Amino acid sequence: MIAQIAFVLLLATASFFIFKRFQFVKRNILLGRDVQLAGEPSQRWSTMIRVALGQGKMFTRPFAAVMHLILYAGFIIINIEVLEILIDGLFGTHRVFAGIGGLYTFLIATFEVLALLVLVACVVFLVRRNAGSIKRFTMPELKGWPQNDANLILITEILLMTAFLTMNACDYQLNQIIIKDASHTYVSDAAFPISSIWSGVLEGSSQNALHLIERFCWWFHIIGILAFIVYLSYSKHLHIILAFPNTYYSKLQAPGTLNNLQSVTNEVKLMLDPSAQVPPPPDGPQRFGAKDVNDLSWVNLMNAYSCTECGRCTSECPANQTGKLLSPRKIMMDTRDRLEEVGRSMDASGGEWKEDGKSLLRDYITEEELWACTSCNACTEACPININPLDIIIDLRRYLIMEESKSPESITVMFNNIENNGAPWAMSAMDRDQWRNN
Amino acid sequence: MSTELKVKTMAECVAAGEVPEVLFWVGCAGSFDDRAKKITKAIARILQHCNVSFAILGQEETCTGDPAKRAGNEFLFQMMAMQNIQILQGYEVKKIVTGCPHCFNTIKNEYPGLGGQFEVLHHTQLINQLMSEGKITIEGGAFKGKKITFHDPCYLGRANGEYEAPRELIRKLDAELVEMKRSKANGLCCGAGGAQMFKEAEQGLKEINVERTEDALATGSEVVAAGCPFCNTMMTDGVKHFEKEQSVQVKDIAELIAEAADL
Ligand code: SF4
Ligand code: SF4
Repeated sequence: MIAQIAFVLLLATASFFIFKRFQFVKRNILLGRDVQLAGEPSQRWSTMIRVALGQGKMFTRPFAAVMHLILYAGFIIINIEVLEILIDGLFGTHRVFAGIGGLYTFLIATFEVLALLVLVACVVFLVRRNAGSIKRFTMPELKGWPQNDANLILITEILLMTAFLTMNACDYQLNQIIIKDASHTYVSDAAFPISSIWSGVLEGSSQNALHLIERFCWWFHIIGILAFIVYLSYSKHLHIILAFPNTYYSKLQAPGTLNNLQSVTNEVKLMLDPSAQVPPPPDGPQRFGAKDVNDLSWVNLMNAYSCTECGRCTSECPANQTGKLLSPRKIMMDTRDRLEEVGRSMDASGGEWKEDGKSLLRDYITEEELWACTSCNACTEACPININPLDIIIDLRRYLIMEESKSPESITVMFNNIENNGAPWAMSAMDRDQWRNN
Repeated sequence: MSTELKVKTMAECVAAGEVPEVLFWVGCAGSFDDRAKKITKAIARILQHCNVSFAILGQEETCTGDPAKRAGNEFLFQMMAMQNIQILQGYEVKKIVTGCPHCFNTIKNEYPGLGGQFEVLHHTQLINQLMSEGKITIEGGAFKGKKITFHDPCYLGRANGEYEAPRELIRKLDAELVEMKRSKANGLCCGAGGAQMFKEAEQGLKEINVERTEDALATGSEVVAAGCPFCNTMMTDGVKHFEKEQSVQVKDIAELIAEAADL
């Protein structure tokens, strides 16, 4: 009974924190501007199924893809067991589904095999990430918290899987001792193909000790999972959830398309024809381009929360490969960090947005980074969950140009040429068709 | 280079009571850059040879606004775009072929939102169609058996998903198409896009075009084929950087076809 009360309290506390954190993240994402999204829902669903569910873009790097697939599938499937844990915890039962017999044996056996695979994949990832041989894992933007975040989650997963297998190992050993005792929920030995192998270490333990270890692992497993969900929202592991809406809302137009700013369209129309009828701006005058996170669209902000920090974008970026400061991954990480900062300060001042003298532009992302981009779309192509760092880069450039008139000198010259001669160079429009004549 | 070029402007066509089917959007590089003008002529020769009814805007053409937009100057972009759309609509243009993937991308993807709906083709797409229809034939052309590698322009490839048209053309040259280690969706940018063409590169360890030229040279090809005047400049500079201009040529696909077909 005490255990049941403790379990309910645990569940309630965890749910409270999970709810609060998800509210926080949702509120932050909705600080972004609204956007008109082109395309049909059917296209969106199929993108989501292909890219997020089917992991379609992961397979450009087959080794990592297979390992990740094991983690992904393993984790989801093993967590079916959480359902049983919840029921057992609430009603004080033990392995409540064991009654379904053969199927249960099969399921638990499958979970065990998957748990082992997940364990192996986590160890491989841990070694691979820390061995220092893969450049995208050793870049400056990963120093400190991002690196620890990645390791922490891998270690947690290893511990959770170990707890799961140990719990089963105890049940296997109990099977050997008290196979006929009515108080013991009997699960066929066949359910424990993995844990039985190493349950030898528990051999000779008393029935009590085995019960104790089994209980400990059970609690560790469920506390671990709940903590994992809370932690998720602070971590790059939010992608486990956000990858789905993120791919659903990803851009459907040809990747080369940049949006046309409606506010500019209205002004240009008036400039070309002062009598033109244009709709008034929706909610008062807005900045052109983006200086801070709330000038970006909510899709950009969701992108930032979804980023897994895998660095595939950066490793394909021509600017980054040739030693420039720009890293598209850092663009996403900066956006998220700034958004979290804004969110926290809003919470501290009762939900109000207060100027803090800082902004995404310059305090996080420098002009030098922005001007290194060739708009080549290698980053958007590489991202396994369709994140678009280029959108943010362009919006920040727009602010620099249209609000601050700040650009490298040669870019200003190019603008002037286009304006005056209709070409980016200082060439006369009269000479445009000269090529015909010689 | 036997045929004489007879290219008319839209205005000239109107005066002569003609209605061309296709507008050839030359682009700024193709109009003003000496190297790129050769590509423009090759395209025009091919169109003329295939009896495509086409014209150019001539002095009425202006920048599409692509470099302005990508540098963040949305005002300037939309000004250029709306003026161009007005002119194109004035001539009731339906179909456009561009000599540059940047113009192609902008007119195809960004003009519709501002009211300019056109059917837009990149020159490699149109030439490929013309060849498939048998309007140009190449027999034992100048590039037969030669190794040619193709550098995917970002704004044709990744930006618009066209990887095959240029490759089919290279195969039609009877040449050996050798892929670089990074190609198609994984292709590496030449370094010119996003208005980089008009500024110095930011501080770094290497120029992007040098990095890309290494890929191209590693294929051992005699010809680096391009489909964009800006890529062409960047790759040509890259080849010069490695002092390989004697043994490796950088050419637009249109030039290769025109040369092989002896136009
Ligand atoms: S679009 Fe810009 S940020 Fe993205 S890969 Fe290309 S150069 Fe890098
Ligand atoms: S933006 Fe995409 S590719 Fe880049 S680090 Fe984030 S998840 Fe990885």
